[in-house]
Amino acid sequence: MGLILEGIYKAFYLLFTLDPEVMGVTLLSLQISGTATLISLMMGISVGTAVALTEFPGRKFVVSLINTGMGLPPVVVGLFVTIFLWRNGPLGFLEILYTPAAMILAQAVIATPIVMGITLAAIQSLPRNLRLQILALGATRIQMVRILVKEAKLPLLAGVMAGFGGVISEVGASIMVGGNIKGYSRVLTTATVMETSRGNFDIAIALGIILLILAYFINLVLTHIQQRERPR
Amino acid sequence: MSAKNFRKMFFLGMLAILAATLMAANSVQAQQKNIILATTTSTQDSGLLDVLIPMFEKKTGFFVKTIAVGSGQAMAMGQKGEADVLLVHSPAAEKKFVAEGYGINRRLIMHNDFIVVGPSEDPAKIKGIKSTVDSFKKIAASGALFLSRADKSGTHSKEMGIWKATGINPEGQKWYQQTGLGMGQTLNVTSEKKGYTLADRGTYLALKKNLSLDILAEGDAILLNIYHVIEVNPAKFPKVNVAGGKAFADFMVSKEVQDVIKTFGVEKYGSPLFFPDAGKKEEELGK
Repeated sequence: MGLILEGIYKAFYLLFTLDPEVMGVTLLSLQISGTATLISLMMGISVGTAVALTEFPGRKFVVSLINTGMGLPPVVVGLFVTIFLWRNGPLGFLEILYTPAAMILAQAVIATPIVMGITLAAIQSLPRNLRLQILALGATRIQMVRILVKEAKLPLLAGVMAGFGGVISEVGASIMVGGNIKGYSRVLTTATVMETSRGNFDIAIALGIILLILAYFINLVLTHIQQRERPR
Repeated sequence: MSAKNFRKMFFLGMLAILAATLMAANSVQAQQKNIILATTTSTQDSGLLDVLIPMFEKKTGFFVKTIAVGSGQAMAMGQKGEADVLLVHSPAAEKKFVAEGYGINRRLIMHNDFIVVGPSEDPAKIKGIKSTVDSFKKIAASGALFLSRADKSGTHSKEMGIWKATGINPEGQKWYQQTGLGMGQTLNVTSEKKGYTLADRGTYLALKKNLSLDILAEGDAILLNIYHVIEVNPAKFPKVNVAGGKAFADFMVSKEVQDVIKTFGVEKYGSPLFFPDAGKKEEELGK
């Protein structure tokens, strides 16, 4: 118990003294996971909406794949991304293994199916007649899609939170493709793992608390946006 | 602020983050001076590399990507040409690595020693036994729990060597559990389960304050823990950063670094964690 209190004390000490290393690690976590989430939003919402609104053979199979993808184990993603990015691997010419770019790539792969699956469910759950009504009022197909996405805003923002929450707290892939390099690819989760194995439990707890605070504030902002638009 | 403005600012903020990250990633890559150092966890967990790497980067301008894994995995990376230079402690495997042409210029850097740790009650009664092989035999005979790294690390390879010398095959025995984890985590597991394990002294000293484990066997010649630096053979892998790997290896044997190693850890633990050995022969150690 004393250790946990020590960790909490340390977390606030590191935060209030603006410890440069901890600030750097926190900022990097935010940048990498933020960028990965952004990429996953572009891919996830567009493909998710398209699959939700179209009929094609094998559609059920595609949906089942997307839903399975929502539970992609980060270490498995990390392993495959590492193998692809090896110097002698198929994407080795990019030379991005053990860089923040590789971490963004891996995290985007993890978050995309989550956003895609939630988008798919959100758009499908809109009343079918809504589509017909919009089209009947003379909207083009693109206008219809835009209105539908707007209508599904509440669950879509839940998708953003789920995607971001998934990647900022993820450690397996980040440590494999990023390498936990000091001042370069070390993020909150990988630093926590390292400090634990170094026996610096107080710092590990402190980093964990900072991660929680960070996640809380991001979700607070998103919830704020989400609840503002709540149908009354 | 209206909801619309708020949303606009939010997305602009996200875009700014994206741009900043991409620029940061590109600027470092533009240098083309990256070295991948594959090493064992003990050099990182003890904090030694946190001192040496900035010194090296400042001196040479190279950027070192330290990938801390077990010695076995470090050499596996070398065998694929995915690392430029290795800092490892698994002599038998290293010799094979060099003999097979994957590495060149294997040079002695430093040593410390392995210790056998266990609960202070010492159920297998190994305290005071000089020969580690005999201690292992007693642990096996008593059926007391033994935790193995089982991750092909230098420590694991040393442990397997000792079991081989006892003539006992611990694999599959009820008292023998494999964690598959790094040294620090294995020590924590061992402490919680009141078992025995083989550990490198540096990691044990660094974690000691949180462990209820005592040193029960030490000082035997078989327990020597020797670190070498190996450059990955550029003849085999054209993409290897030859100059960078050589610069790092030369740096590690330089007098400057050897002096740092000599005193590293004295302030924090009261005794050095490693003993510098550059230029010595492996056979001379521990005498």
